[in-house]
Amino acid sequence: MKKRDIRIMPWIFLAAAIVFTVAGVFRGEAAAVLGKAIKICLECVGIG
Amino acid sequence: MDKKRTDKSRSLKSFLLSRNTVQAIAALASNIHIPNFIKGEIYTGNMKYSCVPGLNCYSCPGATGACPIGSFQAAAGSQKFGFSFYVLGIAMIFGVLCGRFICGFLCPFGWFQDLLHKIPVRKFSTKNLKVLTYLKYVILVVAVGLLPALLVNNAGIGAPYFCKYVCPQGVMQGAIPLAIANEGIRSALGPLFMWKSIVLAAVIILSILIYRPFCKWICPLGAFYALLNRVSFLQYRVDEEKCISCGKCARVCKMDVDITKNVSHLECIRCGECKNSCPTEAISISIALRKNQIKERV
Repeated sequence: MKKRDIRIMPWIFLAAAIVFTVAGVFRGEAAAVLGKAIKICLECVGIG
Repeated sequence: MDKKRTDKSRSLKSFLLSRNTVQAIAALASNIHIPNFIKGEIYTGNMKYSCVPGLNCYSCPGATGACPIGSFQAAAGSQKFGFSFYVLGIAMIFGVLCGRFICGFLCPFGWFQDLLHKIPVRKFSTKNLKVLTYLKYVILVVAVGLLPALLVNNAGIGAPYFCKYVCPQGVMQGAIPLAIANEGIRSALGPLFMWKSIVLAAVIILSILIYRPFCKWICPLGAFYALLNRVSFLQYRVDEEKCISCGKCARVCKMDVDITKNVSHLECIRCGECKNSCPTEAISISIALRKNQIKERV
């Protein structure tokens, strides 16, 4: 497989996605997601 | 005897590989906590640190993980963050791997619309309504990205506007099963529930008449994955030498895509209808690591 034949963009986007995910974990976003997801979302179910 | 056995194993294989079966398994995997439907409560374990790939309300009693759209809005609307790199990253990983294959095979709400569309009544084409497909990008930017971060209350917290006013999933998967099993929730339902029920009813009726109206026009998660269709690893390919330009693939596509013109079209949910209909087997799907694995006809 020649180097110039390789699709670069998917790898760049994948690397960026992993960086974003890890950065989000370090910012404490994962805990925020869990905190929201384990409670019944009143807006989602139409309570308010 | 051997022929019979081969036929049996072939039909089992085709059943297991059929899109409907994959969709059913994906819907079950996204909502694995079935006993919670009877208990009238939601799962509160660590799996909810992560998001599922499809649109699946985390207030569904059975929900395995968090909904990417709901989670993003929760982080964007929080005092602390204003934006969620974490949810964006997870959704990007799904999107870069598969693109809108997730819509076609893994999204429970997509499957729900597919099932509704199987109801045998007259169907309507949306080929003349292509302009509406841009609406979902507006919803993605405005209702999911901007409003929760900018339109905040006195405490600096923004509401999840898409979930609150648009998403019919919360009513179907969350409110209705929870209200059936939980009297407290039942008594708290009010005008907002009524509004969302009307949205759900409209989506159900439209889904019977039109193929996947919610995916085509409304879904912000579909819009996000659409933007990654071109760069995703999973790609369709049209073999120029085999293609006889009969146009059958474009005619069978319910998402109004002509794959021979653009193999990574924004609206292509990679359902495989075009591939299955091609008389010369010119269309294939693969993990495209090289440029020549996605050759487009212009």
